[in-house]
Amino acid sequence: MADAASKEPAVRRERLAGLSTTREHVSVTPGPPAARLALRAGEDALNSVSRALGVSVPRKPKTSARAKSGGRVALWLGPDEWLVIDDDGADLPAAAGRAKALHSAVDVSHRNVAILVAGEGAEACLAAGCPQDLSLAAFPVGACSRTVLGKVEIVLWRTGEQTFHVEVWRSFAEYAYAFLAEAARDV
Amino acid sequence: MLLIHCPYCEEERAELEFRHAGEAHVARPAEISAESDEAFEGYFFIRTNPRGIAYERWRHIHGCGRFFNAVRDTVSDRFFTTYKAGGKKPDAAKFAGAATDGKDKG
Amino acid sequence: MVGANRIAGSGRLSAAGRLAFSFDGRPYQGLEGDTLASALLANDVHLVGRSFKYHRPRGILSAGAEEPNALVGVHRDAARRTPNVRATVQEVYDGLAAVSQNRWPSLAFDVGAVNDLFSPFFSAGFYYKTFMWPKAAWAALYEPGIRAAAGLGVAPDQPDPDRYAARYAHCEVLVVGGGAAGLAAALAAAETGVRVILCDEQAASGGAMRFESGARIDGEEGWNWAQKAAARLAGMDNVRVLTRTTAFGYYAQNFVALAERVSDHLADPADRPRERLWQVRAKRVVLATGAIERHMVFADNDRPGIMLASAARTYLNHYGVCVGRNVGVYAGNDSAYAAAIDLKRAGVAIAAIVDLREKPKGALYEEARGLGIDVLPGRAVTGVGGRTRVSSMTVAPRTGGPSRRIAIDALLTSSGWTPSVHLYSQSRGKVAFDPASQRFLPDTYPQHCVSVGACNGTDDLAAALKEAAAAGERVGRAVGAKGKTAKAPAVETSEGWAGGMPGAAPGAGAEAAVKAFVDFQNDVTAKDIRQAVREGMRSIEHVKRFTTNGMATDQGKTSNLHGLAIAAEALGKEMPEVGLTTFRPPYTPVTFGAIVNQARGALFDPTRKTAMHRWHEKQRAVFEDVGQWKRPWYYPRPGEDMHEAVNRECATVRRTAGLFDASTLGKIEVVGPDAAAFMELLYTNPWQKLEPGRCRYGVMLREDGFVYDDGVVGRLAPDRFHVTTTTGGAARVLNHMEDYLQTEFPQLKVWLTSVSEQWAVIAVQGPRSRDIIAPFVEGVDLDAAAMPHMSVREGRVCGVPARLFRMSFSGERGFEVNVPADYGEAVWEALWAEAEKHGACAYGTETMHVLRAEKGFIIVGQDTDGTVTPDDAGLAWAIGKKKTDFVGIRGLKRPDLMAAGRKQLVGLRTRDPNIVLEEGAQIVADPNQTVPMTMIGHVTSSYWSQNCGRSIALALIAGGRERIGETVYVPMPDGAIEAEIGSTVFFDEQGERVHG
Repeated sequence: MADAASKEPAVRRERLAGLSTTREHVSVTPGPPAARLALRAGEDALNSVSRALGVSVPRKPKTSARAKSGGRVALWLGPDEWLVIDDDGADLPAAAGRAKALHSAVDVSHRNVAILVAGEGAEACLAAGCPQDLSLAAFPVGACSRTVLGKVEIVLWRTGEQTFHVEVWRSFAEYAYAFLAEAARDV
Repeated sequence: MLLIHCPYCEEERAELEFRHAGEAHVARPAEISAESDEAFEGYFFIRTNPRGIAYERWRHIHGCGRFFNAVRDTVSDRFFTTYKAGGKKPDAAKFAGAATDGKDKG
Repeated sequence: MVGANRIAGSGRLSAAGRLAFSFDGRPYQGLEGDTLASALLANDVHLVGRSFKYHRPRGILSAGAEEPNALVGVHRDAARRTPNVRATVQEVYDGLAAVSQNRWPSLAFDVGAVNDLFSPFFSAGFYYKTFMWPKAAWAALYEPGIRAAAGLGVAPDQPDPDRYAARYAHCEVLVVGGGAAGLAAALAAAETGVRVILCDEQAASGGAMRFESGARIDGEEGWNWAQKAAARLAGMDNVRVLTRTTAFGYYAQNFVALAERVSDHLADPADRPRERLWQVRAKRVVLATGAIERHMVFADNDRPGIMLASAARTYLNHYGVCVGRNVGVYAGNDSAYAAAIDLKRAGVAIAAIVDLREKPKGALYEEARGLGIDVLPGRAVTGVGGRTRVSSMTVAPRTGGPSRRIAIDALLTSSGWTPSVHLYSQSRGKVAFDPASQRFLPDTYPQHCVSVGACNGTDDLAAALKEAAAAGERVGRAVGAKGKTAKAPAVETSEGWAGGMPGAAPGAGAEAAVKAFVDFQNDVTAKDIRQAVREGMRSIEHVKRFTTNGMATDQGKTSNLHGLAIAAEALGKEMPEVGLTTFRPPYTPVTFGAIVNQARGALFDPTRKTAMHRWHEKQRAVFEDVGQWKRPWYYPRPGEDMHEAVNRECATVRRTAGLFDASTLGKIEVVGPDAAAFMELLYTNPWQKLEPGRCRYGVMLREDGFVYDDGVVGRLAPDRFHVTTTTGGAARVLNHMEDYLQTEFPQLKVWLTSVSEQWAVIAVQGPRSRDIIAPFVEGVDLDAAAMPHMSVREGRVCGVPARLFRMSFSGERGFEVNVPADYGEAVWEALWAEAEKHGACAYGTETMHVLRAEKGFIIVGQDTDGTVTPDDAGLAWAIGKKKTDFVGIRGLKRPDLMAAGRKQLVGLRTRDPNIVLEEGAQIVADPNQTVPMTMIGHVTSSYWSQNCGRSIALALIAGGRERIGETVYVPMPDGAIEAEIGSTVFFDEQGERVHG
């Protein structure tokens, strides 16, 4: 044990490192690493948890909320379930732990991989495998939902009119990326 | 592919996001270990499997993850209503005459 | 002109767009916009195929998707060979190569045509009655013979190099059919502001305007109006116009599947997909699918050169092609007159119009007469001359009498129009028979759908457009649109499609022994249908299956109504009493490519790989598929076979240590103040008193008392458990837990989160395991006293956060290092470098299986099969005896589950230690009993154990534990194998090696 500290810490190897697809109307690229928290809490704990995390966790289905500053977002996944993503890699379990109210905070930073789909063809690219209505009227900017893409489950979050953020479990990430890259050929 | 209204997501979603979860309103007995063989058989093995109005459970497994209940016509596949788990069982009579049989519903 | 039969000044194709193509190797010229059928007819080629059963020469019947005869192969290259392409649908591109099918050695001379002479032996239902004996000859002789003789095209023998795309689409209004009615409906709906998708199966919208020469809409010629309407729609932001797109399936809740042919018409598809599958969810569907003309059913009505009247008009008015120079017309209604008139005006001789009706009248009749066309009312065509091309028609009074032959080179027939109710029927709509028009029409709509125009029985164009525009506006408003719509297009002139008759024409009645075809594609004649009735078929569904009428890939588009009429007549019933068969998807054949679309190769199914996968690959691991996961099975060294590699790995782990990738195990974090209470309910074991920092092997049951899953559970904190599940059980166990938590125990304050993929898991097992990990561990005292077997600690490994379990599935001292997955590969590499210093190895799932079997540890799903209780598996100790409730507690008390003589898990030692039993082999007590033997159990796990120097096996045997010491037998083809029942533990029976 004595020499443990003297060794170099393990290097991080991202799942989709080095991949990138750019087509005329759409690009599909892996998102950078981020801190992620699976947050579960009852209605009565939301104010407390929101204060602790510095982001007002949304109560409305299919919506997300960003922190006033910094790259932190809370995505509504279910009536007592949110995915909190922090682009800066903050210690989210510690932040959530400051909330006194009852909740569950589980670090899932490495469980998910982000894939960014951007461009005027982004909607069509995702529509190759996602059965939801992704029109701006039905899935506006900020909308988010757990859903399916081809044969895997994803969390889909619309970050802009022509940009989507896809969250997928890491062992499904290669499939999801390849699926979107193939779909990108057809938009 | 059916379109199912999730009472938690408050909108209709494609069947792909859901998984069927058997008959609804079959409650696990509170004192299950005290149940008679007959009562346990009724609870665990026996299902109504009706032709027509069925009460069933679904899980929005690739959505909000919630289990919920549905009333569905097993002949037409039509959903009459969906409601949250723990909700009161709607009266079948409410749906008895509700089959779509009119002319153009346009 | 391109082709002898092109008529200058006719048609809409530009003479400049010349294309070269070939048919059966002969070069031809066509024009841009041609279908293969129009281009062949332009070159005076009528003979294009041989029929399915009788090998009769066949030509081109139609000009659309209903074509039953003109099926050809289209060969792009060695891999792209599409069989059964309808020549009437395939567009010609430069360099297209088409071949005829079902003929040998050539189309003009086909040996198989002897079937036609022997046709009395091939009547309806022949294969149900012939070839029944001897039975063995069916597979060896009859079936291969029939398959070779009867058939369609040849499937390609290479993988399909094309790609296929898919798209989900959502709209308020889907309009199927881009004819005049569909366009009017789409325009009206689009003007309300809602999202509209309009699809049409042809290369351009326009539908029947292709051939209707007289129609004028909003002051324009019908076709021109349609093109302008389509262009206007295409320019609207809320509209998507899809041409070459067939709506082939109409499913529940307005879910409609469309197949778009993206590049089949292009000489160079470039990077385009071949087809695109659209899965459309529409709030409202407008069906404007039109009507399909029916042929006349009379003797030898299948000769090349005999075609539908509307098809001939399409070839003339759209493609500028005349289908003959001296054309006969056989009419049962007015629309055949229009064909005669158009052809006559284009300079083609009309030999005669033979009209079944005694007193035809009306504008078309007068016009035909005025053009000097010979009209023969009250007459029937009772036969034709010519074999590979019609050369004459025999005309007789319909009621019988002297006949005469009239020379012709083409014969146009029409017995009326059948509304295309296919999609309506697929939507589960029931059709109703309209006695006045003798046809089936949509009746009540089970879905939010409406039919307009000819498919709704609205024959008159003006009425159809009015109906369509009103429907378009209505459905737009029904889904909340507020926008205004313009008024319906004004129709100045048009033709009616009313009238006609279904069934056999005179001369093909019950008394006649002629081949009057009803279903061309399946070679079904009027006689066959009557025979079916004679042989006892009463329901139209039985008649259909007996004769195969309407069962070919054309789905009976031209034949169903005729078949029904003939059956009804033979049964002496009215048509609605006999009933129409159900139309099912697909409307037209759909390629597997379109259905599979992106799900091919790597996208067929996700392949899940762990964070350390690349390392395993570099070590040349052989992988095993476990569900979707790729797991290292064993790591052969140069020259080693599997057996040798596994023996080495097994020995090495017990001698020094081994590294094993355990990342695929399911992991669930159970968090909340009621976490222990929840665990008590979901597992048989007691959990309340498990100290934080300790682990326990948990057994999960279903409510019926049978083992569902198992795994080691670590308590990280009073309110936090780290639960592991089997690899295959990860998803269903979480679902099972959520089910109980959400619906049976919602009062519990606890939440479940899957962390299977958060953690990469490196199992380090063996006497040297602690030495291997120790240099990398920070913040955890690894001393045996501080961290005994079955404990868990949080600390750091290789400088990254880690959950460190001390546990063992091998029976050796062991650790499982959990690190965040992105670090998994680097941590593995560091541990591996250290492991190598100790002479340790990497081992795969096979060695893991052997090691655990040596210890008698079960694998759920291998040693259990869904009917095994904890006691059966020797796990009764895992049941908390004081517990009053857990899932399965009541099931365990069922009489059968407590009865004596249940199968119990035991160890088996073969008498000959070198024999390894087969997993799944049955076990008997007495090998000399008569067959069928009484089986008392089966082998669940069996391996060669290098560490024990013998074979080992686990088995489920009735009353097994009471039989310990007894000899049983495993009957195999070479004789029964003798084995002794014993303990399930083969190695380190005292279990001392995990400690220290």
